[in-house]
Amino acid sequence: MPRVGVFICWCGTNIAGTVDIETVVETARNFPGVVHTADYRYLCSEIGQDLIKEAIKNEKLEQVVVGTCSPRMHESTFRKAVAEAGLNPFLLEVANLREHCSWVHQDKTEATAKAIALLRAAAAKAVLNAPLIAPRLDVEKRALVIGGGIAGIQAALDIAEAGYPVDVVEREPSIGGRMAQLEKTFPTLDCAACILTPKMVEAAQHPQINLLTYSEVEEVKGFVGQFDVKIRQKARAIDATKCTGCGVCYEKCPTKTESEFEMGLAKRKAIYVPFPQAVPNVPVIDRDNCLYFRKGRCRICEKECPPQAVYFEQQDQILERRYGAIVVATGFDQLNPVEYGEYAYGQHPDVLTSLEFERFFNAAGPTGGKVVRLSDGKPPRNVVFIQCVGSRDKARGMNYCSKICCMFTAKQAILLKEKVPEARSYVFYIDVRTAGKGYEEFQRRAAEQYGVAYLRGQVGKVFPDGDRLTVKGVDSLSGKTIEIQADMVVLAAASVARGDAAQVGRVIGINSDQYHFFNEAHPKLKPVETHTAGIFIAGACQAPKDIPDSVAQASAAAVKAVGLLAKEKLQGEACTARVDQSGCSGCLYCEAVCPYGAISAVQIEEHFRGEKLTRIVAEVNAALCQGCGSCTVACRSGSINLQGYTNAQILAEVDAICL
Amino acid sequence: MKQTENHSRFIEEMKERSGQDPACCLQCAKCSAACPVSAVMDLLPHQVIRYLQLGFTDEACKSKTPWVCASCFTCAARCPRDLDLARMMEGIRLVALRRREGNRLNPGELTPEQLKQLPQQALVSGFRKYTK
Amino acid sequence: MSLAQNRPKTEAATAGMEAAAQDRAWEPLIVAFCCNWCSYAGGDLAGTSRMQYPSNIKVIRVPCSSRMNPLFILRAFQRGADGVLVAGCHPGDCHYSTGNYLVRRRLSAFKRLIEFAGLEPERFEVRWISSSEGDKFSEVMREMTAAIKALGPNGKLRDGRWRKIT
Repeated sequence: MPRVGVFICWCGTNIAGTVDIETVVETARNFPGVVHTADYRYLCSEIGQDLIKEAIKNEKLEQVVVGTCSPRMHESTFRKAVAEAGLNPFLLEVANLREHCSWVHQDKTEATAKAIALLRAAAAKAVLNAPLIAPRLDVEKRALVIGGGIAGIQAALDIAEAGYPVDVVEREPSIGGRMAQLEKTFPTLDCAACILTPKMVEAAQHPQINLLTYSEVEEVKGFVGQFDVKIRQKARAIDATKCTGCGVCYEKCPTKTESEFEMGLAKRKAIYVPFPQAVPNVPVIDRDNCLYFRKGRCRICEKECPPQAVYFEQQDQILERRYGAIVVATGFDQLNPVEYGEYAYGQHPDVLTSLEFERFFNAAGPTGGKVVRLSDGKPPRNVVFIQCVGSRDKARGMNYCSKICCMFTAKQAILLKEKVPEARSYVFYIDVRTAGKGYEEFQRRAAEQYGVAYLRGQVGKVFPDGDRLTVKGVDSLSGKTIEIQADMVVLAAASVARGDAAQVGRVIGINSDQYHFFNEAHPKLKPVETHTAGIFIAGACQAPKDIPDSVAQASAAAVKAVGLLAKEKLQGEACTARVDQSGCSGCLYCEAVCPYGAISAVQIEEHFRGEKLTRIVAEVNAALCQGCGSCTVACRSGSINLQGYTNAQILAEVDAICL
Repeated sequence: MKQTENHSRFIEEMKERSGQDPACCLQCAKCSAACPVSAVMDLLPHQVIRYLQLGFTDEACKSKTPWVCASCFTCAARCPRDLDLARMMEGIRLVALRRREGNRLNPGELTPEQLKQLPQQALVSGFRKYTK
Repeated sequence: MSLAQNRPKTEAATAGMEAAAQDRAWEPLIVAFCCNWCSYAGGDLAGTSRMQYPSNIKVIRVPCSSRMNPLFILRAFQRGADGVLVAGCHPGDCHYSTGNYLVRRRLSAFKRLIEFAGLEPERFEVRWISSSEGDKFSEVMREMTAAIKALGPNGKLRDGRWRKIT
């Protein structure tokens, strides 16, 4: 029987408030193998850890059990402490007396009895713990950034500047993302393209950055340090090495279709670059609309192209590469508010979403930079902005606040005043949320200097009235109903996760929440890590956010990635499966269920009754094994066991907990 | 304005009858904006709920609004907090009738002409709405 | 000496009698096997959010729900558990990619087996709880405790040699 030491933490009053520590310690003294018990107010503190280390040395402890907060919190802290005292770090067991006990129960008698049960189970498991060594794994010194918007670009630049090669995969023909669609950004009213394009060019020209545009990630296998990724580079039908970006092809193309970049408000050609400042400045042929791909006719672009770069036979390429770390920055969408029938979106051309309205301000946009009604081309006199369309909406939309709408509405109202001085803006709001640096001052400028009327209330209905739109709303502060004859209505629709975010998450191997935003590892302290080691998230794919926060998060994710890539070797999983070859019949059911391909068949030699026999048995590659334990249950003879969670250990835990 | 005595009892009873909690309302006023009969109300629907939230239950009952309410359910359809305002108005009406006032409509008040001309549906709904 | 005195008493009767002897109501014992990445983390979140649930639930952590050998579940019933819960990641979200698919099949078959053996089906449940579903975790635990309380103490699949320490 090994010599076991049990240490109980008060965690201030977090555990001690609901669990009778004295009784627990008393009872623990009688657990099998326990030769030493102690308790302390904050076991994770330096003094607490010294308490454990001293006891290990003085009492010659061989196993350590701690009754503390969740192992997901401090198991690694205590493993390090135990290792410093000379004991193998895996000779430690944690009983969760806080998150799973003192914090969820109120009756002291019950909580104490449960704490004793949990501790007894941990002690029973600890007695059977064996020393484990974690394998050392190689790290591929290359990073992958998925998404080429401002967050992806920033992350790539930071990783590249740190000296590591990075591939950026972007599904659109050009990098730039949502920020490229903006005219100006709040609160500085910087021209979005003026601050974005230098970064785009820097990313394109950086020797360490490889842009893979018009490409998508198809498969991610492997694990931290060794992600094996398949990337599909879709065929542009243009030879990028020859293309000079002259633009003759799209000038001459006879086919027009709706431009995604212009939110469907303008047309583009079948061969196109999404916007003039596209990086790379290489067009793409849209096969769904190109006359050649559809009907075998035309080929005008091919004829007219001076360097003869059009190459219809180009095929998709699959690139297979290994990466040490991945940063996911896939961005967001704006909700399509068609479900809000009361606002007449989709029923009248002058009811728009903010992203659509934004395009009006751009010189290359659908109206050539003029703010005019789509219905008759006249400038608007009254423009009504409705905030919270789909946000803060438990009934039909998203329950969360989309964070950026109050600010971009104020921005658009200011830009409108500058373009059409006689126009009057009315903003219907529930609250005005301006929490960033310079944000409150910006919104006050809109209200005070630019004459934007802020009405605290919402709109009940928008309906066409002659050639205008009647907007019926309420100002809750004065208690009056408001009716406005509007020329345009702009809906601040909610920021939502991309439609395919959940699927993309599955391919990459990360989880998302009920709104399909990707989950961070800890909402407060780990905003850029995910629960999958080596994969980080940044930008609006994690939650709605503005540009300064996206950039900050991108740099944070980059530093995490670089920290990983800078390591010589990574510590792998220590709790791996192991085969007792004497019992193994070589059926290889374990190999079939292993998600990592960590099990393979090997031939071994045995001596039996003077004869030499060879037979097939299973073997686990400890570097690949991630410790799930699926194999242990598939094994019919019980010959494969999971170190750290052996069959005997789990049975011992069950026995102890049922006492 | 002072909070009505025992206003919390009124609210509890109203919550039980309607299954809706006025505390969930964030006063966005979309219901008032959508209400087709708001022009003849003295207090807008969202203001009635505000009075309940603040404990001015007497004033909420004295207002014309719960009685003018046509139960068209537009407010309930539009509310982003998923509150059924029409049911809350019904809740106020029921608690008001049963506690305080007595019936607002007596059969004797209707003339034989009215009884002949009004459709059955109107009579049934009217008695449903205005009596205990 | 009457024969009745020699007849071994069922665990359920013993539990009930012991409880009566100590003048307290019988409380079920429910063992919950939770996977480290989703359901155990969901339990942590329930704790951080202080969502209360009955102390009848005792959690054992496993790396993946696919670590769950049906023999562990049998052992729990043998040792006196009145209910057993296995909680893992939602299908498609397993940290080890396919673990919960395997356990889903395995435990559906196992549930049929123990029903066939005579155990009430409500005593063994499988639930998918993600790491952000602290509310679901506590809700499931409350529901399970209520359901097992309604069923009463479990006397089936008991190892007769096992005795509780009171």
